[in-house]
Amino acid sequence: MLRKTFESDIQQLKDELLLLGSMVEQQTLDAVEALKKRDLEAARRIYAADAKINEKRFAIENQVMILIATQQPMAHDLRLLASIFEVSAELERMGDYAKGIAKVNIRMGDEPLLKPLIDIPRMAKIASSMLHRALTAFVNEDAEAARAIPEEDDEVDGLYNQVYRELMTYVMSDPRTIDRANYLLWAAHNLERMADRVTNICERTIFIVTGEMTEIDVSDDEMKAE
Amino acid sequence: MNKIIIEHLSLQYADGTESLRDVSMSIVANAITVLFGPAGGGKSTLLRCLNRLNDLTEVRVASGKILLDGENILDPQTDVIALRRRVGMVFARPVVLPLTIRGNLTYGLELAGEKRKSRLDEAVEHSLKLAALWEEVRDRLDDPAIALSGGQQQRLCLARSLAQQPEVILLDEPTSGLDPISTGKVEAALQELKKEYTIVLVPHSVQQAARTSDYAAFFLQGELVEYGEGKEIFTNPKNKRTEDYVEGRFG
Repeated sequence: MLRKTFESDIQQLKDELLLLGSMVEQQTLDAVEALKKRDLEAARRIYAADAKINEKRFAIENQVMILIATQQPMAHDLRLLASIFEVSAELERMGDYAKGIAKVNIRMGDEPLLKPLIDIPRMAKIASSMLHRALTAFVNEDAEAARAIPEEDDEVDGLYNQVYRELMTYVMSDPRTIDRANYLLWAAHNLERMADRVTNICERTIFIVTGEMTEIDVSDDEMKAE
Repeated sequence: MNKIIIEHLSLQYADGTESLRDVSMSIVANAITVLFGPAGGGKSTLLRCLNRLNDLTEVRVASGKILLDGENILDPQTDVIALRRRVGMVFARPVVLPLTIRGNLTYGLELAGEKRKSRLDEAVEHSLKLAALWEEVRDRLDDPAIALSGGQQQRLCLARSLAQQPEVILLDEPTSGLDPISTGKVEAALQELKKEYTIVLVPHSVQQAARTSDYAAFFLQGELVEYGEGKEIFTNPKNKRTEDYVEGRFG
Protein backbone atom coordinates (compact mmCIF):
# COMPACT_ATOMS: atom_id res chain seq x y z
CA MET A 1 0.00 0.00 0.00
CA LEU A 2 1.17 3.47 -0.83
CA ARG A 3 1.87 5.69 2.19
CA LYS A 4 1.68 2.82 4.62
CA THR A 5 3.25 4.87 7.39
CA PHE A 6 0.63 7.60 6.99
CA GLU A 7 -2.20 5.05 7.10
CA SER A 8 -0.87 3.54 10.30
CA ASP A 9 -0.38 7.00 11.83
CA ILE A 10 -4.04 7.75 11.11
CA GLN A 11 -5.14 4.46 12.63
CA GLN A 12 -3.11 5.22 15.72
CA LEU A 13 -4.76 8.64 16.01
CA LYS A 14 -8.20 7.05 15.78
CA ASP A 15 -7.22 4.63 18.54
CA GLU A 16 -6.06 7.51 20.71
CA LEU A 17 -9.34 9.31 20.08
CA LEU A 18 -11.30 6.23 21.16
CA LEU A 19 -9.18 6.03 24.26
CA LEU A 20 -9.89 9.69 25.06
CA GLY A 21 -13.59 9.00 24.51
CA SER A 22 -13.60 6.09 26.91
CA MET A 23 -11.84 8.20 29.52
CA VAL A 24 -14.62 10.80 29.20
CA GLU A 25 -17.36 8.15 29.40
CA GLN A 26 -15.84 6.68 32.51
CA GLN A 27 -15.39 10.08 34.14
CA THR A 28 -19.04 10.93 33.46
CA LEU A 29 -20.42 7.69 34.90
CA ASP A 30 -18.06 7.87 37.88
CA ALA A 31 -18.95 11.51 38.59
CA VAL A 32 -22.68 10.72 38.68
CA GLU A 33 -22.14 7.59 40.75
CA ALA A 34 -20.07 9.59 43.24
CA LEU A 35 -22.82 12.22 43.41
CA LYS A 36 -25.47 9.59 43.95
CA LYS A 37 -23.47 8.11 46.83
CA ARG A 38 -22.23 11.51 48.03
CA ASP A 39 -18.71 10.10 47.89
CA LEU A 40 -16.54 13.18 48.26
CA GLU A 41 -13.28 11.33 48.02
CA ALA A 42 -14.25 9.88 44.66
CA ALA A 43 -15.41 13.32 43.52
CA ARG A 44 -12.01 14.82 44.34
CA ARG A 45 -10.29 12.04 42.46
CA ILE A 46 -12.52 12.59 39.41
CA TYR A 47 -11.95 16.33 39.60
CA ALA A 48 -8.18 15.81 39.50
CA ALA A 49 -8.29 13.18 36.76
CA ASP A 50 -9.64 15.74 34.30
CA ALA A 51 -6.05 16.88 33.82
CA LYS A 52 -5.29 13.55 32.14
CA ILE A 53 -8.08 14.14 29.64
CA ASN A 54 -6.74 17.58 28.81
CA GLU A 55 -3.27 16.15 28.40
CA LYS A 56 -4.47 13.48 26.00
CA ARG A 57 -6.40 16.03 23.98
CA PHE A 58 -3.27 18.15 23.52
CA ALA A 59 -1.26 15.08 22.56
CA ILE A 60 -3.83 14.26 19.86
CA GLU A 61 -3.84 17.87 18.63
CA ASN A 62 -0.08 17.84 18.42
CA GLN A 63 -0.04 14.62 16.45
CA VAL A 64 -2.68 15.99 14.04
CA MET A 65 -0.54 19.07 13.46
CA ILE A 66 2.54 16.96 12.79
CA LEU A 67 0.62 14.87 10.25
CA ILE A 68 -0.84 17.92 8.50
CA ALA A 69 2.60 19.54 8.31
CA THR A 70 4.51 16.48 7.23
CA GLN A 71 2.05 14.46 5.15
CA GLN A 72 0.13 17.22 3.37
CA PRO A 73 -3.20 15.39 3.55
CA MET A 74 -5.74 16.14 0.84
CA ALA A 75 -9.47 15.55 0.35
CA HIS A 76 -10.82 12.80 2.65
CA ASP A 77 -7.59 12.61 4.66
CA LEU A 78 -7.68 16.35 5.28
CA ARG A 79 -11.34 16.27 6.37
CA LEU A 80 -10.57 13.38 8.69
CA LEU A 81 -7.62 15.08 10.36
CA ALA A 82 -9.47 18.40 10.72
CA SER A 83 -12.36 16.47 12.25
CA ILE A 84 -10.15 14.59 14.70
CA PHE A 85 -8.87 17.99 15.80
CA GLU A 86 -12.44 19.18 16.37
CA VAL A 87 -13.69 16.01 18.03
CA SER A 88 -10.78 15.92 20.47
CA ALA A 89 -11.84 19.42 21.56
CA GLU A 90 -15.46 18.27 21.96
CA LEU A 91 -14.32 15.37 24.13
CA GLU A 92 -12.22 17.63 26.27
CA ARG A 93 -15.25 19.86 26.91
CA MET A 94 -17.34 16.82 27.79
CA GLY A 95 -14.62 15.91 30.25
CA ASP A 96 -15.13 19.35 31.77
CA TYR A 97 -18.83 18.56 32.26
CA ALA A 98 -17.91 15.44 34.22
CA LYS A 99 -15.48 17.50 36.22
CA GLY A 100 -18.29 20.02 36.80
CA ILE A 101 -20.48 17.28 38.28
CA ALA A 102 -17.63 16.29 40.62
CA LYS A 103 -17.34 19.95 41.58
CA VAL A 104 -21.04 20.13 42.44
CA ASN A 105 -20.55 17.11 44.66
CA ILE A 106 -17.59 18.72 46.44
CA ARG A 107 -19.44 22.02 46.88
CA MET A 108 -22.42 20.30 48.46
CA GLY A 109 -20.12 19.23 51.26
CA ASP A 110 -22.04 17.55 54.07
CA GLU A 111 -25.48 18.48 52.81
CA PRO A 112 -27.67 15.52 51.88
CA LEU A 113 -29.16 15.20 48.40
CA LEU A 114 -32.46 17.00 48.02
CA LYS A 115 -33.92 13.80 46.60
CA PRO A 116 -32.54 10.39 45.64
CA LEU A 117 -31.06 10.45 42.13
CA ILE A 118 -33.02 8.51 39.53
CA ASP A 119 -33.27 10.51 36.32
CA ILE A 120 -29.77 12.00 36.46
CA PRO A 121 -28.04 8.58 36.40
CA ARG A 122 -30.32 7.63 33.52
CA MET A 123 -29.28 10.76 31.66
CA ALA A 124 -25.63 9.88 32.28
CA LYS A 125 -26.12 6.36 31.02
CA ILE A 126 -27.83 7.46 27.82
CA ALA A 127 -25.37 10.29 27.15
CA SER A 128 -22.37 7.98 27.67
CA SER A 129 -23.84 5.33 25.45
CA MET A 130 -24.54 7.95 22.74
CA LEU A 131 -20.97 9.14 23.02
CA HIS A 132 -19.61 5.62 22.77
CA ARG A 133 -21.57 4.80 19.65
CA ALA A 134 -20.94 8.22 18.07
CA LEU A 135 -17.20 7.71 18.42
CA THR A 136 -17.40 4.20 17.02
CA ALA A 137 -19.32 5.60 14.05
CA PHE A 138 -16.69 8.32 13.74
CA VAL A 139 -13.69 6.02 13.56
CA ASN A 140 -15.56 3.62 11.27
CA GLU A 141 -16.74 6.56 9.16
CA ASP A 142 -20.28 5.23 9.35
CA ALA A 143 -22.49 8.13 8.25
CA GLU A 144 -25.71 6.17 8.60
CA ALA A 145 -25.12 5.43 12.28
CA ALA A 146 -24.02 9.03 12.78
CA ARG A 147 -27.33 10.31 11.41
CA ALA A 148 -29.38 8.10 13.75
CA ILE A 149 -27.67 8.75 17.08
CA PRO A 150 -28.65 12.44 17.58
CA GLU A 151 -32.33 11.45 17.67
CA GLU A 152 -31.71 9.94 21.09
CA ASP A 153 -30.89 13.40 22.36
CA ASP A 154 -34.66 13.93 22.69
CA GLU A 155 -34.73 11.36 25.45
CA VAL A 156 -31.98 13.15 27.36
CA ASP A 157 -33.76 16.49 26.89
CA GLY A 158 -37.00 14.90 28.10
CA LEU A 159 -35.30 13.63 31.24
CA TYR A 160 -33.75 17.01 31.82
CA ASN A 161 -37.15 18.69 31.67
CA GLN A 162 -38.50 16.11 34.06
CA VAL A 163 -35.67 16.76 36.54
CA TYR A 164 -36.24 20.50 36.16
CA ARG A 165 -39.96 20.33 36.89
CA GLU A 166 -39.46 18.00 39.79
CA LEU A 167 -36.84 20.22 41.39
CA MET A 168 -39.06 23.27 40.90
CA THR A 169 -41.82 21.62 42.91
CA TYR A 170 -39.37 21.17 45.80
CA VAL A 171 -38.29 24.80 45.57
CA MET A 172 -41.86 26.07 45.41
CA SER A 173 -42.95 24.09 48.42
CA ASP A 174 -39.86 25.10 50.43
CA PRO A 175 -37.73 27.97 49.07
CA ARG A 176 -34.90 27.04 51.47
CA THR A 177 -34.13 24.08 49.21
CA ILE A 178 -33.14 26.39 46.38
CA ASP A 179 -29.40 25.81 46.79
CA ARG A 180 -29.68 22.06 46.91
CA ALA A 181 -32.06 22.04 43.94
CA ASN A 182 -29.71 24.24 42.02
CA TYR A 183 -26.78 21.87 42.55
CA LEU A 184 -28.69 18.98 41.04
CA LEU A 185 -29.99 21.10 38.18
CA TRP A 186 -26.41 22.02 37.42
CA ALA A 187 -25.40 18.36 37.20
CA ALA A 188 -28.39 17.56 34.97
CA HIS A 189 -27.64 20.50 32.74
CA ASN A 190 -24.08 19.29 32.23
CA LEU A 191 -25.37 15.91 31.06
CA GLU A 192 -27.85 17.55 28.75
CA ARG A 193 -25.05 19.60 27.18
CA MET A 194 -22.90 16.51 26.84
CA ALA A 195 -25.54 14.77 24.76
CA ASP A 196 -25.80 17.88 22.59
CA ARG A 197 -22.10 17.72 21.89
CA VAL A 198 -22.44 14.13 20.74
CA THR A 199 -24.44 15.59 17.86
CA ASN A 200 -21.41 17.66 16.86
CA ILE A 201 -19.32 14.49 16.63
CA CYS A 202 -21.98 12.90 14.42
CA GLU A 203 -21.99 15.95 12.16
CA ARG A 204 -18.22 15.56 11.73
CA THR A 205 -18.62 11.92 10.78
CA ILE A 206 -21.05 12.88 8.03
CA PHE A 207 -18.64 15.61 6.95
CA ILE A 208 -15.77 13.13 6.60
CA VAL A 209 -17.83 10.77 4.49
CA THR A 210 -19.73 13.24 2.31
CA GLY A 211 -17.59 16.38 2.45
CA GLU A 212 -20.66 18.35 3.47
CA MET A 213 -21.09 20.09 6.78
CA THR A 214 -24.72 19.49 7.73
CA GLU A 215 -26.38 20.75 10.84
CA ILE A 216 -28.36 17.89 12.34
CA ASP A 217 -31.71 19.30 13.50
CA VAL A 218 -32.06 19.49 17.22
CA SER A 219 -35.54 19.02 18.58
CA ASP A 220 -37.65 21.80 20.02
CA ASP A 221 -37.28 20.21 23.42
CA GLU A 222 -33.85 21.68 23.62
CA MET A 223 -35.28 25.20 23.45
CA LYS A 224 -37.30 24.40 26.55
CA ALA A 225 -34.32 22.75 28.17
CA GLU A 226 -31.92 25.63 27.66
CA MET B 1 23.67 5.25 16.18
CA ASN B 2 25.55 7.69 13.96
CA LYS B 3 26.60 6.15 10.64
CA ILE B 4 28.26 9.29 9.34
CA ILE B 5 29.68 12.21 11.28
CA ILE B 6 30.53 15.40 9.44
CA GLU B 7 32.98 17.60 11.33
CA HIS B 8 33.62 21.26 10.48
CA LEU B 9 33.43 20.66 6.74
CA SER B 10 34.21 23.67 4.52
CA LEU B 11 34.34 23.49 0.74
CA GLN B 12 35.46 25.96 -1.89
CA TYR B 13 34.95 26.24 -5.61
CA ALA B 14 38.02 26.59 -7.83
CA ASP B 15 37.63 30.37 -7.90
CA GLY B 16 37.86 30.50 -4.12
CA THR B 17 34.17 31.16 -3.38
CA GLU B 18 32.72 29.25 -0.53
CA SER B 19 30.40 26.32 -1.18
CA LEU B 20 29.89 24.96 2.32
CA ARG B 21 30.86 26.77 5.51
CA ASP B 22 31.88 24.87 8.61
CA VAL B 23 29.18 22.21 8.48
CA SER B 24 28.95 19.76 11.37
CA MET B 25 26.19 17.19 11.63
CA SER B 26 25.56 13.50 12.20
CA ILE B 27 23.68 11.12 9.96
CA VAL B 28 21.81 8.51 11.92
CA ALA B 29 21.81 4.87 10.81
CA ASN B 30 18.52 3.26 9.72
CA ALA B 31 16.79 6.58 9.24
CA ILE B 32 16.09 9.01 6.42
CA THR B 33 17.99 12.26 6.71
CA VAL B 34 16.95 14.98 4.27
CA LEU B 35 19.12 17.90 3.21
CA PHE B 36 16.83 20.69 2.04
CA GLY B 37 16.80 24.39 1.25
CA PRO B 38 16.84 26.77 -1.71
CA ALA B 39 18.96 26.04 -4.78
CA GLY B 40 22.61 26.87 -4.38
CA GLY B 41 22.58 26.16 -0.67
CA GLY B 42 25.17 23.41 -0.82
CA LYS B 43 22.97 20.39 -0.17
CA SER B 44 23.80 18.48 -3.37
CA THR B 45 27.45 19.37 -2.94
CA LEU B 46 27.41 17.90 0.53
CA LEU B 47 25.57 14.81 -0.70
CA ARG B 48 28.24 14.27 -3.36
CA CYS B 49 30.98 14.58 -0.77
CA LEU B 50 29.56 11.57 1.02
CA ASN B 51 30.83 9.25 -1.69
CA ARG B 52 33.52 11.54 -3.05
CA LEU B 53 31.76 12.36 -6.33
CA ASN B 54 33.06 15.88 -5.97
CA ASP B 55 36.53 14.56 -6.75
CA LEU B 56 35.52 14.94 -10.37
CA THR B 57 34.39 18.53 -10.08
CA GLU B 58 36.05 21.78 -9.26
CA VAL B 59 35.28 21.65 -5.59
CA ARG B 60 38.03 21.58 -3.03
CA VAL B 61 37.81 20.52 0.57
CA ALA B 62 39.18 23.42 2.55
CA SER B 63 38.92 21.76 5.91
CA GLY B 64 37.00 19.21 7.92
CA LYS B 65 36.31 15.50 8.06
CA ILE B 66 33.59 13.08 7.04
CA LEU B 67 33.68 10.00 9.22
CA LEU B 68 31.95 6.87 7.90
CA ASP B 69 31.88 4.37 10.76
CA GLY B 70 34.66 6.40 12.31
CA GLU B 71 36.97 6.53 9.26
CA ASN B 72 37.65 9.75 7.45
CA ILE B 73 36.58 9.18 3.85
CA LEU B 74 38.21 12.44 2.75
CA ASP B 75 41.58 10.91 3.52
CA PRO B 76 43.58 10.69 0.26
CA GLN B 77 44.33 7.04 1.06
CA THR B 78 40.63 6.10 0.86
CA ASP B 79 39.82 3.50 -1.79
CA VAL B 80 37.18 5.51 -3.62
CA ILE B 81 35.83 2.56 -5.60
CA ALA B 82 35.27 0.59 -2.41
CA LEU B 83 33.75 3.66 -0.79
CA ARG B 84 31.23 4.03 -3.59
CA ARG B 85 30.21 0.42 -3.16
CA ARG B 86 29.45 1.12 0.47
CA VAL B 87 27.78 4.45 -0.32
CA GLY B 88 25.51 4.24 -3.37
CA MET B 89 23.95 7.12 -5.28
CA VAL B 90 20.69 7.65 -7.17
CA PHE B 91 20.34 10.77 -9.31
CA ALA B 92 17.49 13.07 -10.25
CA ARG B 93 17.12 11.66 -13.73
CA PRO B 94 17.27 7.90 -14.00
CA VAL B 95 20.41 6.88 -15.84
CA VAL B 96 19.71 3.37 -17.07
CA LEU B 97 22.45 1.49 -18.90
CA PRO B 98 21.66 0.44 -22.49
CA LEU B 99 21.21 -3.14 -21.32
CA THR B 100 18.37 -5.40 -20.25
CA ILE B 101 16.66 -4.90 -16.90
CA ARG B 102 18.68 -7.82 -15.55
CA GLY B 103 21.86 -6.49 -17.15
CA ASN B 104 21.47 -3.16 -15.34
CA LEU B 105 21.47 -4.97 -12.04
CA THR B 106 24.22 -7.53 -12.63
CA TYR B 107 26.65 -5.20 -14.41
CA GLY B 108 28.23 -3.82 -11.26
CA LEU B 109 28.42 -7.21 -9.59
CA GLU B 110 30.05 -8.81 -12.63
CA LEU B 111 32.52 -5.97 -12.73
CA ALA B 112 33.30 -6.77 -9.12
CA GLY B 113 34.05 -10.36 -10.09
CA GLU B 114 30.78 -12.15 -9.27
CA LYS B 115 30.19 -14.82 -11.93
CA ARG B 116 27.93 -17.35 -10.22
CA LYS B 117 24.54 -17.23 -11.95
CA SER B 118 22.64 -18.24 -8.82
CA ARG B 119 24.18 -15.35 -6.88
CA LEU B 120 23.41 -12.90 -9.66
CA ASP B 121 19.80 -14.09 -9.98
CA GLU B 122 19.42 -13.82 -6.24
CA ALA B 123 20.76 -10.27 -6.27
CA VAL B 124 18.43 -9.29 -9.13
CA GLU B 125 15.34 -10.54 -7.34
CA HIS B 126 16.33 -9.21 -3.94
CA SER B 127 17.23 -5.73 -5.12
CA LEU B 128 14.10 -5.42 -7.29
CA LYS B 129 11.95 -6.44 -4.36
CA LEU B 130 13.61 -3.90 -2.12
CA ALA B 131 13.02 -1.18 -4.69
CA ALA B 132 9.35 -2.22 -4.99
CA LEU B 133 9.73 -3.05 -8.67
CA TRP B 134 9.83 -6.86 -8.68
CA GLU B 135 6.12 -7.45 -9.25
CA GLU B 136 6.08 -5.12 -12.22
CA VAL B 137 9.08 -6.55 -14.09
CA ARG B 138 9.56 -10.15 -12.96
CA ASP B 139 8.23 -11.52 -16.24
CA ARG B 140 10.35 -9.33 -18.49
CA LEU B 141 13.78 -9.17 -16.96
CA ASP B 142 15.38 -9.59 -20.38
CA ASP B 143 13.60 -6.64 -21.95
CA PRO B 144 15.64 -3.50 -22.55
CA ALA B 145 15.59 -1.30 -19.46
CA ILE B 146 14.92 1.75 -21.59
CA ALA B 147 11.39 0.42 -22.27
CA LEU B 148 10.40 1.02 -18.65
CA SER B 149 8.43 4.08 -17.58
CA GLY B 150 10.23 6.95 -15.88
CA GLY B 151 9.06 5.87 -12.45
CA GLN B 152 10.13 2.29 -13.09
CA GLN B 153 13.50 3.41 -14.43
CA GLN B 154 14.09 5.39 -11.27
CA ARG B 155 13.27 2.40 -9.11
CA LEU B 156 15.56 0.30 -11.33
CA CYS B 157 18.36 2.76 -10.57
CA LEU B 158 17.57 2.41 -6.90
CA ALA B 159 17.64 -1.39 -7.28
CA ARG B 160 20.96 -1.17 -9.14
CA SER B 161 22.42 0.77 -6.30
CA LEU B 162 21.00 -1.77 -3.82
CA ALA B 163 22.42 -4.75 -5.76
CA GLN B 164 25.88 -3.63 -4.63
CA GLN B 165 24.71 -4.15 -1.04
CA PRO B 166 25.67 -0.66 0.06
CA GLU B 167 25.37 0.58 3.63
CA VAL B 168 24.34 4.10 2.76
CA ILE B 169 22.11 5.27 -0.09
CA LEU B 170 22.34 8.85 -1.34
CA LEU B 171 19.47 10.21 -3.40
CA ASP B 172 19.60 13.52 -5.22
CA GLU B 173 16.05 14.66 -6.04
CA PRO B 174 15.16 11.12 -7.09
CA THR B 175 11.51 11.89 -7.87
CA SER B 176 11.77 15.31 -9.46
CA GLY B 177 10.66 13.93 -12.82
CA LEU B 178 7.99 11.56 -11.55
CA ASP B 179 4.21 11.73 -11.20
CA PRO B 180 2.59 11.52 -7.73
CA ILE B 181 1.96 7.76 -7.93
CA SER B 182 5.52 6.90 -8.95
CA THR B 183 6.79 9.37 -6.36
CA GLY B 184 4.64 7.64 -3.76
CA LYS B 185 6.11 4.27 -4.72
CA VAL B 186 9.67 5.50 -4.42
CA GLU B 187 8.91 7.18 -1.07
CA ALA B 188 7.20 4.04 0.21
CA ALA B 189 10.22 1.97 -0.89
CA LEU B 190 12.51 4.32 1.05
CA GLN B 191 10.43 3.91 4.19
CA GLU B 192 10.98 0.15 3.94
CA LEU B 193 14.65 0.45 2.99
CA LYS B 194 15.57 2.56 5.96
CA LYS B 195 15.12 -0.50 8.16
CA GLU B 196 18.30 -1.92 6.62
CA TYR B 197 20.11 1.10 5.23
CA THR B 198 21.11 4.62 6.08
CA ILE B 199 19.44 7.02 3.67
CA VAL B 200 20.40 10.59 2.80
CA LEU B 201 17.97 12.37 0.53
CA VAL B 202 17.95 15.74 -1.19
CA PRO B 203 14.21 16.13 -1.84
CA HIS B 204 12.77 18.11 -4.74
CA SER B 205 10.33 20.02 -2.55
CA VAL B 206 9.76 21.06 1.03
CA GLN B 207 6.67 18.86 1.03
CA GLN B 208 8.72 15.81 0.17
CA ALA B 209 11.24 16.76 2.84
CA ALA B 210 8.41 16.91 5.36
CA ARG B 211 6.85 13.63 4.24
CA THR B 212 9.96 11.53 4.18
CA SER B 213 12.31 12.85 6.83
CA ASP B 214 13.19 11.31 10.14
CA TYR B 215 15.86 13.98 10.43
CA ALA B 216 16.12 17.17 8.43
CA ALA B 217 18.92 19.66 7.81
CA PHE B 218 18.15 23.09 6.38
CA PHE B 219 20.88 24.61 4.21
CA LEU B 220 21.06 28.22 3.13
CA GLN B 221 23.91 29.69 1.12
CA GLY B 222 26.42 27.14 2.27
CA GLU B 223 25.40 27.26 5.89
CA LEU B 224 23.71 24.54 7.90
CA VAL B 225 21.03 26.70 9.53
CA GLU B 226 19.16 24.07 11.48
CA TYR B 227 19.23 20.34 11.99
CA GLY B 228 16.84 18.19 13.97
CA GLU B 229 14.00 15.68 13.90
CA GLY B 230 11.76 16.15 10.88
CA LYS B 231 8.56 16.50 12.89
CA GLU B 232 10.17 19.31 14.90
CA ILE B 233 11.67 21.14 11.90
CA PHE B 234 8.35 21.18 10.02
CA THR B 235 6.04 22.06 12.90
CA ASN B 236 8.18 24.05 15.25
CA PRO B 237 11.53 25.13 13.78
CA LYS B 238 13.82 26.98 16.12
CA ASN B 239 15.40 29.29 13.56
CA LYS B 240 13.44 32.14 11.97
CA ARG B 241 15.04 31.51 8.57
CA THR B 242 14.00 27.86 8.64
CA GLU B 243 10.49 28.88 9.61
CA ASP B 244 10.23 31.43 6.80
CA TYR B 245 11.46 28.87 4.29
CA VAL B 246 9.19 25.98 5.32
CA GLU B 247 6.25 28.41 5.39
CA GLY B 248 7.11 29.36 1.82
CA ARG B 249 7.57 33.06 2.54
CA PHE B 250 11.21 33.38 1.74
CA GLY B 251 12.91 36.30 0.05
